[in-house]
Amino acid sequence: MGNTDQNVMMEVKNINLRFGGVIAIQDVSFDILEGEIRAIIGPNGAGKSSMLNVINGFYHPQEGEIWYRGEKRPSMEPYEIAKTGIARTFQNIALFKGMTTIENVMTGRQLKMNKNFFWQMIRYGPAIEEEVEHRRRCEEIIDFLEINHIRKTPVGALPYGLQKRVELARALAMDPTLLLLDEPMAGMNVEEKQDMSRFIVDVNEEFGTTIALIEHDMAVVMDLADRVVVLDYGKLLADGTPNEVQKNQAVIDAYLGVPH
Amino acid sequence: MVDIDTSLDTVPKILERNVQKFGNSPAYREKEFGIWQTWTWSQANQEIMNLSKGLIDLGVKEGDHVAVIGRNRPYLYWSLVAAQHVGAVPVPLYQDAVAEEMEYILTHCSAKFAIVGDQEQVDKIYEIKDKVKELKEIIFVDPKGLRKYDKAHLHLFSDISERGKADQGQLKSELDKRVAKISGDTTCVLLYTSGTTGKSKGVVQNHSAIIGASLSANEFDRWTENDHIVCYLPMAWVGDFMISVGQVMGAGACLNCPEGADTTQMDIREMGPSVFFGPPPLWERLKTSVNIRIEDASAIKRRAFHYFMNHAEKVGKRILEKENVGLIDRVKYSIGEFIIYGPLKNMLGLTKVRIAYTAGEAISSELFDFYRSIGINLKQLYGQTEASVFLTMQSDDEVQSDTVGKPIKGVELKIADSGEVLYRSVGAFKEYYKNPKATKETKDKAGWVATGDAGYIDEASGQLRIIDRAKDVGKTKSGLMFAPKYVENKLKFFPNILEAVLFGAGQEKCVAFLNIDLSAVGNWAERNNINYASYQELASNSEVMNIMKEHVEEVNKALAKDSVMSGCQIHRFLILHKELDPDDGEITRTRKVRRGFVSQKYEDLIDALYKGAKQVSTKTEVTYEDGKKGYLEATLNIVDAQTFVLQSKSDAA
Repeated sequence: MGNTDQNVMMEVKNINLRFGGVIAIQDVSFDILEGEIRAIIGPNGAGKSSMLNVINGFYHPQEGEIWYRGEKRPSMEPYEIAKTGIARTFQNIALFKGMTTIENVMTGRQLKMNKNFFWQMIRYGPAIEEEVEHRRRCEEIIDFLEINHIRKTPVGALPYGLQKRVELARALAMDPTLLLLDEPMAGMNVEEKQDMSRFIVDVNEEFGTTIALIEHDMAVVMDLADRVVVLDYGKLLADGTPNEVQKNQAVIDAYLGVPH
Repeated sequence: MVDIDTSLDTVPKILERNVQKFGNSPAYREKEFGIWQTWTWSQANQEIMNLSKGLIDLGVKEGDHVAVIGRNRPYLYWSLVAAQHVGAVPVPLYQDAVAEEMEYILTHCSAKFAIVGDQEQVDKIYEIKDKVKELKEIIFVDPKGLRKYDKAHLHLFSDISERGKADQGQLKSELDKRVAKISGDTTCVLLYTSGTTGKSKGVVQNHSAIIGASLSANEFDRWTENDHIVCYLPMAWVGDFMISVGQVMGAGACLNCPEGADTTQMDIREMGPSVFFGPPPLWERLKTSVNIRIEDASAIKRRAFHYFMNHAEKVGKRILEKENVGLIDRVKYSIGEFIIYGPLKNMLGLTKVRIAYTAGEAISSELFDFYRSIGINLKQLYGQTEASVFLTMQSDDEVQSDTVGKPIKGVELKIADSGEVLYRSVGAFKEYYKNPKATKETKDKAGWVATGDAGYIDEASGQLRIIDRAKDVGKTKSGLMFAPKYVENKLKFFPNILEAVLFGAGQEKCVAFLNIDLSAVGNWAERNNINYASYQELASNSEVMNIMKEHVEEVNKALAKDSVMSGCQIHRFLILHKELDPDDGEITRTRKVRRGFVSQKYEDLIDALYKGAKQVSTKTEVTYEDGKKGYLEATLNIVDAQTFVLQSKSDAA
């Protein structure tokens, strides 16, 4: 973990993001190395989710650049960015509640399905071959995340922890190179958190997926992440290994408050 | 004893026969990635041979113990068979055993190799790595999560198979040499008993015992290569070994492995097994799930269900047993089959089941009859690890819920003077591993093995009836048999009774303690507007007392009909003021009553029962969940129950 000789996958340079007069992110720069688990932490309203939204193209920052795999990224729409291999999950679960687990996961392959729309419509010929091939990959992910037993259950009927896992499965179905997780463990009990942590580590190790995640639970972050970025009021407060960050006085002050 | 066909008395010989005879029929199935994957006997044989050669290459020697740990997967079943082929002895372990329990078995049999399912098992072995020094190499099936582990002594299952496959002929000749040496007297498997009575013991079984018992049981229930079995019970349990390895291979049948523990129920439905084994709690659970769903169903469905279930209760069993049933009843039953029983069996995944077994514990006749009435051929069998399971079985036309059948081919039974059941059988074990003392105590020179269970041959049916553990069975003062568990089970079959403890060894009369089942009785109280604030209050309610009295008298009536057990009728009883609790040491964690402890702790109550008092006051120490102690004071009412005189069956006949 924490190899310094890894290649830089993404570089975020001097991002400034404003909504009218509100400054959400102010001159933040950091990088994400290939194959690492990168955590973004900070108090409420620090700009963490905004940062993820900038990375996956949902927000367009007024200033700053994003370099992805050695190239400066032009302004793109989220679905275009998704095609470059960046997938994400959301803080509030955003699944299709009426659809089953496998159907939800299959939607993650949508961008990869490129056979003739005509064939897809009548679900015949090349479209079937393609669907079988994608189904296979989805089943591997379902097996990997141990959600086989709910394969055909509508996700709306599932407990929260499992829904989160289905969402992770759908993101993985895109075969992402960079996976963005927005509070993957929010609202979970201790056991669910342990399960999810294990899956995140497994995904990182088995699929070699680079992961950037936002998390509130400090204990989880310290165990999971290779490196941590700390944001506060839209500014970069610290950047380093979990240990370094934990000892950083500015971080302690931001989390615990400063005596006035 | 029967002669065994020596051309077919070892697992390798059986496998060879299956390849020749059933080469292209399905042998193993597993659901993976949402699809059932199939291996024919020829393909399975290839896998097993590759693995065997790979094991030789890895350094497995003849006589080595190879631990096999994980959930039911074809790869692990092949591992058992491959270990046997290379002359090693497979030792299946419980996958949910904690590290310390694994340590005991791994060190006891000094296993040098382990073939495990996944990371979880690897982690457990690593936890005890310093203590199981003799364990040299670990092979794992599922690589998930193991990428970063040091692979010096950790091998991927498919890599080992690959090594065997790449063999240029050297490994094959070594394998052939080893297989040729295997005879019926070679050790086939080392199975550890679950150890409810002290430390678990390693039971050494020969090939001829495993194969002999399996073939005999197959013959009894006419297994064929067309049978389908779903394996879902722990691989370390002798029952699974006998069914999934012995019987399946013996018949050339097909073994189906579910996707995972959570999907078992669904997978059983998809697979539609033709033979199914379930312990009593499973049958209980299935029926409860049916009841719950029916309660939630619409009124019409509910009424249809009850209407046809009543009809099934009346004639279903008789139709199953091919007895004479009137035409109208038959037509009505067929309609029921179409709209109720059929769909119900389908939901349970038991549509195609031609034989279902239950064993291990007593099963209530009500539960037993429920399944038989809807056309599921549920039967009892009796056996134990030391016997390669099969001792007695029931043929289709003599099924009863309270007996366990007649000895099958190759089994001789006798009842010792103490009431203990003894047997001599083709499946009898060779010895307890590294425990000659226990071997001697259990198996005498003539080959008679003591089961540790007390029982007798039921006169009417000629079948064996098991009543209790032999050490708990005694005699009443008048010399009648006293078998507490038998009576307690009968009492506990009433949903209202959670626990029962019977006393009476060496006494004139039997007396009992009861615990009411708070959820069942509580439910009843709710429906009848009876208020209560605690277990104690509900237990002392006079109407509850009357219900219990009815239950007890019903049991007494049943006992009176049985010439052997009539002495166990309950003359007086009381309902305890607290539930028996493992925290207080009154029952074990697996809910077995600790008789001696209870009778000491509640000496005053037993005294009162025998002295004829109407009431008794007592003060009991209780342990709360946080470990604190407190006292509970109560005045208990004692109830006299009616007993019945023995109605001899021979008179009636």
